[in-house]
Amino acid sequence: MMRKILVTIALAGFAWAFLPLMFDAGVIDAPGNLASAYLENSPKDFAAANVVTAIVVSYRGFDTLGEVAVLFAATAGVGSLLTKKRLGLTGKTEEKKASTEILRTATGILTGLLVMFGVYIFMHGHLTPGGGFQGGVVIATAVLLSLLASPQSQVAHGLMTVIESLSGAAYVGFGLLGAFLAWGFLDPRALPLGRLGALLSAGSIPLIYSAIGLKVGAELSGILEALKGDRE
Amino acid sequence: MNIADFIASINPVAASGAVLLLIGLWGVLSRPNLFKIAVAFSIMETGVNLIILSVGYIRGRTAPILDSAADAATAAQKMTDPVPQALVLTAIVIGLAVTALMLSYAVRLRAAGGGSSIESYGEEKW
Repeated sequence: MMRKILVTIALAGFAWAFLPLMFDAGVIDAPGNLASAYLENSPKDFAAANVVTAIVVSYRGFDTLGEVAVLFAATAGVGSLLTKKRLGLTGKTEEKKASTEILRTATGILTGLLVMFGVYIFMHGHLTPGGGFQGGVVIATAVLLSLLASPQSQVAHGLMTVIESLSGAAYVGFGLLGAFLAWGFLDPRALPLGRLGALLSAGSIPLIYSAIGLKVGAELSGILEALKGDRE
Repeated sequence: MNIADFIASINPVAASGAVLLLIGLWGVLSRPNLFKIAVAFSIMETGVNLIILSVGYIRGRTAPILDSAADAATAAQKMTDPVPQALVLTAIVIGLAVTALMLSYAVRLRAAGGGSSIESYGEEKW
């Protein structure tokens, strides 16, 4: 009874705190000074059509490097927590139910398309509302479909590790390139900027975002495989 | 002030975000099942993300991507605030990592014979 009262009080308090926001959010006339500066300068500075991408990859690129590191730490944590030995399943080979005909056929058709769509999303991250994280998640859905269609199969562990390490190293490498050839770590002006709106534009932003996309795809595939529960 | 004006003055994104956040908070505080707590955290994160997004939204403006709707010269006059959107992009990814980690701890606790309910762990009981 005491618990219910306390929970109700906490919920009412939060509701009271959010009540003004329901009326006041989104009624400002113009973005703040920082946001306006980003909007005005990102086409000039980096020739990036998508301002959000310019913020995520360049202006706040260091945050994103940390974010990728957090994602890596979480993947490592999930992978080490959910091994067969730690789950107490050593030696047991569980008979998994085969998937249906519909799922297997659809997976055969969709897997390639999904990977292609994911690559498209992260390559066009500087032009369209997309980017490395979104594209990586789309690629991971292709892996999820394959795991669902053939439950006995395993993700190619070595290949995933290689993709993940190489793309992480490429991310830091492009960052260092910016430090040596341009004005600072993760500065995309290390490579020629090109014309605003072209696929090969915005300096190293599309390359960095592609590296992030591959890394996120490999990491999320690792999480999915670990959650399947038969990692040695 | 009549009811139609009152409803029009509510920001739908902020309102739905606040409702989702309260549902998530209720789930975290009052559900004993560890898996349901993880799902409730996920719902709460969605609510928080919607609220952050709604703060940066400006009525009548377009998405912060340069195209035919807004070119480089008029960007600051025609676009919404891009900073909350960049923050939410980060928050979604971190939220996904945290959810995966929470779920795997719950799986481990159950595999070790502890049960799925938080009531079976003495110190967390209240």
